[in-house]
Amino acid sequence: MVISQQLDKFFDEKMKEYPTKRSFLVPMLLYTQDEIGYLTNEAIAHLAKKTELTELEVRNVISYYSLLRTKPLGKYHVQVCTNISCMLRGGEEILDHCKQRLGVGHKQTTPDGLFSLEEVECIGACSWAPAVQINYDFHENLTPDAMDIVLDRYKRLP
Amino acid sequence: MLVSHPDEIKVVSQRFGKGAADINRYLELDGYKAVQKALQMQPDDIINEVKTSNLRGRGGAGFPTGMKWSFVPKQSDRPKYILVNGDESEPGTCKDRPILEHDPHSVIEGVVIAGLAVGAKVGFVYIRGEYRYLVDIMRKAIDDAYAKGFLGKNIFGSGKDFDVRWHTGAGAYEVGEESALMESLEGKRGIPRIRPPFPAVVGLWGGPTVINNVETLASVPHIILMGGQKFADYGPPKNGGTRLFCLSGHINKPGVYELPLGYPLKKMIYDVGGGIPNGRKLKAVVPGGSSTFVLTAEEAEQMNMDFDSFGKRGEFLGSGGVVILDDQTCMVKFALRVMKFYQHESCGWCIPCREGTDWLKKTLTRFHAGGGLKKDIDNIKYLAQGILGRSFCPLGDAAAIPTISIVDKWRSEFEAHLEGRPCPFEPAGVVSQLPVLA
Amino acid sequence: MSEPKNVTITVDGKSIAAPAGTLLIEACKAVGIEVPSFCYYPGLSLQAACRMCLVRIEKMPKLQTACTVVITDGMVVTTDSDEVRQARKSMTELLLGNHPLDCPVCDAGGECELQDMTFKYGAAESRYMEGKLHKEEQQWSPVVYFDRPRCILCYRCVRVCGEGMDVWALGVQNRGSGSVIAPNEGDHLDCEECGMCIDICPVGALTSGAYRYKTRPWEMNHVGTICTHCGDGCKTTLGVRRSDAGADIVRGDNRDKSGINNDFLCIKGRYAFDFFDHPDRLRQPLIRRNGKLTPATWEEAIAHTASRLREIRDAKGGQAIGVIGSNRTTNEENYLLQKFARTVLGTNNVDHHRTADYASFARALAGKNNATATMRDVASAPAILLIGNDPTEQHPLLAWNIRTNVRLNLAKLFIANSQPIKLSRQASTFIQIPQEREGKLVAFLNGDDAAAGTLTSAGVSNDSLKQIRTDLRAQKDLVIIFGSELRGADIDALVKFGSGIGAKFICLGDYANSRGAADMGLYPDLLPGYVAANGPHKYNEEWGKLQASTGLSLPEMMQAAKDGQLSALYVVGANPVADYSFDPAAMQNVFMVVQELFLTETAILAEVVLPAASAYEKAGTFTNTCGDLQMLKKAGDISGVKSDFEIIVRVAERMGAHIPALVPFGKGVRADMGQSRGAQSGEADRHAVWLSANNLEPRLSPFDPFAILDEIQRLVPGYDVSRLNLLAGNDEHVTACEHSSAGPAGRLVQIVPANDTLFTSGTLGRYSQALNSVLENRRTHPADKEVMAD
Ligand SMILES: Cc1cc2nc3c(=O)[nH]c(=O)nc-3n(C[C@H](O)[C@H](O)[C@H](O)COP(=O)(O)O)c2cc1C
Ligand code: SF4
Ligand code: FES
Repeated sequence: MVISQQLDKFFDEKMKEYPTKRSFLVPMLLYTQDEIGYLTNEAIAHLAKKTELTELEVRNVISYYSLLRTKPLGKYHVQVCTNISCMLRGGEEILDHCKQRLGVGHKQTTPDGLFSLEEVECIGACSWAPAVQINYDFHENLTPDAMDIVLDRYKRLP
Repeated sequence: MLVSHPDEIKVVSQRFGKGAADINRYLELDGYKAVQKALQMQPDDIINEVKTSNLRGRGGAGFPTGMKWSFVPKQSDRPKYILVNGDESEPGTCKDRPILEHDPHSVIEGVVIAGLAVGAKVGFVYIRGEYRYLVDIMRKAIDDAYAKGFLGKNIFGSGKDFDVRWHTGAGAYEVGEESALMESLEGKRGIPRIRPPFPAVVGLWGGPTVINNVETLASVPHIILMGGQKFADYGPPKNGGTRLFCLSGHINKPGVYELPLGYPLKKMIYDVGGGIPNGRKLKAVVPGGSSTFVLTAEEAEQMNMDFDSFGKRGEFLGSGGVVILDDQTCMVKFALRVMKFYQHESCGWCIPCREGTDWLKKTLTRFHAGGGLKKDIDNIKYLAQGILGRSFCPLGDAAAIPTISIVDKWRSEFEAHLEGRPCPFEPAGVVSQLPVLA
Repeated sequence: MSEPKNVTITVDGKSIAAPAGTLLIEACKAVGIEVPSFCYYPGLSLQAACRMCLVRIEKMPKLQTACTVVITDGMVVTTDSDEVRQARKSMTELLLGNHPLDCPVCDAGGECELQDMTFKYGAAESRYMEGKLHKEEQQWSPVVYFDRPRCILCYRCVRVCGEGMDVWALGVQNRGSGSVIAPNEGDHLDCEECGMCIDICPVGALTSGAYRYKTRPWEMNHVGTICTHCGDGCKTTLGVRRSDAGADIVRGDNRDKSGINNDFLCIKGRYAFDFFDHPDRLRQPLIRRNGKLTPATWEEAIAHTASRLREIRDAKGGQAIGVIGSNRTTNEENYLLQKFARTVLGTNNVDHHRTADYASFARALAGKNNATATMRDVASAPAILLIGNDPTEQHPLLAWNIRTNVRLNLAKLFIANSQPIKLSRQASTFIQIPQEREGKLVAFLNGDDAAAGTLTSAGVSNDSLKQIRTDLRAQKDLVIIFGSELRGADIDALVKFGSGIGAKFICLGDYANSRGAADMGLYPDLLPGYVAANGPHKYNEEWGKLQASTGLSLPEMMQAAKDGQLSALYVVGANPVADYSFDPAAMQNVFMVVQELFLTETAILAEVVLPAASAYEKAGTFTNTCGDLQMLKKAGDISGVKSDFEIIVRVAERMGAHIPALVPFGKGVRADMGQSRGAQSGEADRHAVWLSANNLEPRLSPFDPFAILDEIQRLVPGYDVSRLNLLAGNDEHVTACEHSSAGPAGRLVQIVPANDTLFTSGTLGRYSQALNSVLENRRTHPADKEVMAD
């Protein structure tokens, strides 16, 4: 099995809520990725079969959405918003700081596989800018120093 | 995270910070009363109440909600649907987030009421993929509502059935556009649909579909309970009620404030928002998300924040994302950052948006780096005008609008970048490299 | 259905009426107002993506896309204002931004819609100063190349592959300016290799592996002729360029879309012209000397052939000679061959490789009116019943028309097949029946309920069969299409069923002129037009008294050769040794002449091999499997070969035959026949009378196939169709079957289906580099999974 049985069953249940087989595809891709890290060929084949789509069509969908990926990223994916509200409050400095701290650039992963970095578009934290999302967790009102503390916390996580 | 100001009128935000994500707490705070009231009403009466409230879409376009609902045909061979737009991705906008976090049941209630009004039996709450914690909150809220019999078969013993489902995106601004949203919900790439037909007639899986923003639907239960007229009276004529404004950027007290429509922007900046930090001066205001015409300080100080005040000028109030720019902001850089966003988010379907945003991003990048030529300034405007009104969906317009207004209003800042001169606003010495010309 | 009523709109001050429901862009086109477009393509889903078609419509706030707006009464449209022109100009400018300006080396240069649009509507000067997107060109299959930067994302290829071909091998990936057309196997395609994506690409993004960098479009002549591969009769436009050897064919495509195939061409029609200059192509006659085939002059070869045939005929009589005709030669050649056999060689031992039982089909249809459907009918009939065959593989155009009809007109498709063929995806009703039970199905349709028992299976119940029969009986204007699974009496029964409900029929034969071979009388017992050789017929009057006895069929000739009963065999464009797995040793004592393109299994056993011109190197007519008659035009030219027509006339002439009697040319044909007494004496020359009645001139050369076409049109029942229309490159439906007088059925003769796939074409296909490379590629890149298996 490419994904856990539990997740697969969850998909089966959710798919019943829609009139077409493919409707739940986008969430399925995202949840699959959350579980196994990225969308592997096997995962794509599995979901294609489930939704009765060609693998090509599943890939067409994947490549449209910026959260979905077909290559692995770091365990902690650091997503720095530099869109307008964040930019005006230092988002770019946060990004530069992360680049330096982690020694990687946009869409790159640290050699130990712990962190990857990405400059992202507005994440809906404008009034609490500058903001960063690490995986799904928001970190807001950041300064370079505060960013360090956040990164250190992740580093120390088991 | 929560802020407040005496001028606020807390309608949609009244339960913020009160633990209302918990269904029992929600019930204590008048939860699910509106839907029970609506169950006693005729569908047309619900629509009329919403029409009376002058509620206009909070997603950005400001379309009268009651009117939108009334477009749904009474009879339909295919199932009808309510679709909640929680894709919130418009730069500067972060208001649906607190609603979904603090008051998810109000959205569910809004969906059910909308369903009763138009004869739909199923609603979908689509939340952007980045908001995973809100998806989890919404999942729980829906499950709890089912457990209480508020959703599912025979809701509140009314003999009526209603289902609410949650759904999530995976990173795409364009999916907030209503027809692209439907495509995404159907498991496809978020490419908008040809219109007409409009969603109210042919929407999800071919069935009539009402699409409303999170905040729009969260307002509905309050309207049903307080009466449309009372809600309408908060705002100026035809601009009913209050809305959440997200103050961000160069402002002392950023935050999401609920203020009546028509609230003066000047007061919003200096009073509610506490003015500009570091003793700087106001240069510009993005009134409602990055897709709106950018206002100069003088314009901003005259504006009232309602749909019609902007409409009169041929401009847009937008999504509630008020971004404040101080006098040290480089407008060229700002225009570039905005364009970078649209270039990244263009779905690529139509030529003007796909090629126009790419070209503009490249030119603005070169320009901001000091490689600009005088003719570029006109060319930037020419390109933006080439997109405006011609793209397949409004994303193209959204890219063109701020660009045109910035070139028109801050032309001198473009001129200041010419001939290899460094950006006058960047710390001295940071002369970016000149890119190689094609 | 009632005709939609007309709607009147005003475009640029002109009043236009068009049926309600018409798209504005089509309404404009109909009156010659061009609204430019890239993404709009008739018959494919609407995109409104390119925004080239923006026009001003009164009372609408923005410019509107003419490709999506349905006209409504009183609509006022402007297409030629400054505003609209500016929008078009800006759209082409935007497109050219990232587009490489490599027109001088681009295959599409000169045939590029983007070039044309830029020329017509664009800006002379570029504002673009930024870097361009660059990506290496990719090879997606032996015949498909993709150059990403040139792609303008009109999505035509994606749609034609998916909606049109039902292959879905192309997708769109990424978004925004990173959007890219992607093939289904990551870096290559697994598809039907039809090349439709290449034809439909408005620019040079998708190019043909067979044509790339070969020439510039303006260096070619474009010859619209008929494909020589399967029985569907697509028009293919061959791009021809002068060469040392004569004229090379450098490209096949579907340039003017004027054929019965409209947009369609399959891999064979598009690429498999390339057998024509294969190195193995015969370019010189061969005579067996001391047991070895050795080169000879045409003079020697014709003389040798003629004298040996004459000897045998004179010594042993015509029945010692057998004649096997071709499924790929023209009607004129087939007609001439059997006439030569019957009147010069004096034998009725005439046959061809039968891939369908047209003889039984004609017997069943005899006397009916317009009982056969055209290829065009298949694209418009409200309902279709398909029994047997796999059109996707064997009749690609038929399959395309069926799909198109289902997609655009919601036609009802009923399929009965022993295999789950791909077309079943379009079927409203599909029943899988056990193998070889097609006849039982027909019996059941005719009311034999007992037959149902032999058809049922897990998925097919008795009730469902009855339901299908009831449904079929209720269909108006049903077209019934059947493969070679049905023969003899089964065809009779099917026709009985269909005629009862006013259906029309198509009997599927496999090669480009299989139907023509049958219509032209390449039969031992039937003369042209399915006229019984032993019955009363006018050919006796026209050609002089013929033998009435039934000759030998192809398998019988082979047997006779084995038994020492056959002394000579004259084979034209056929490979019976391979197709009938015949024992080569049996030919040892037979004088065999073979007219061929290649040294086939049959030719290699011959005493004389005469190098023949292919269908792409001559003029004439073909009749497709439906009975649609179309004209071939000479495209390529190869030195050393002669048309089968010319070869036969020369052999006949050397044998001492009176040529004007064989090929009516010159004036006074009848007088030349020397019949001053007897039944015809005193009568006017019927051929000359017919010619002048049809405003035609006598032919000047005995090598002119039109001389025989004249005779065919005069004598073969059902072939008297509009010559003008044929010459104009259109199709004319012939009704030879309905007009037949074949008499009672004779012995059943073996039908040998070709069983070709999309990538094979009988013996000929083996010599196509394009087909071979695709086959080879599929061997080395096996598709690991079924695409869209269900
Ligand atoms: C490019 C684009 C993005 C949009 N994004 C959002 C969004 O994230 N959330 C939203 O509610 N509306 C968004 N909209 C507006 C929707 O199309 C639609 O008008 C709205 O959801 C309708 O709800 P309302 O009438 O309640 O505002 C977007 C529109 C466009 C053109
Ligand atoms: S304007 Fe065009 S390319 Fe842009 S998002 Fe809309 S449809 Fe897609
Ligand atoms: S033809 Fe209308 S948008 Fe392309």
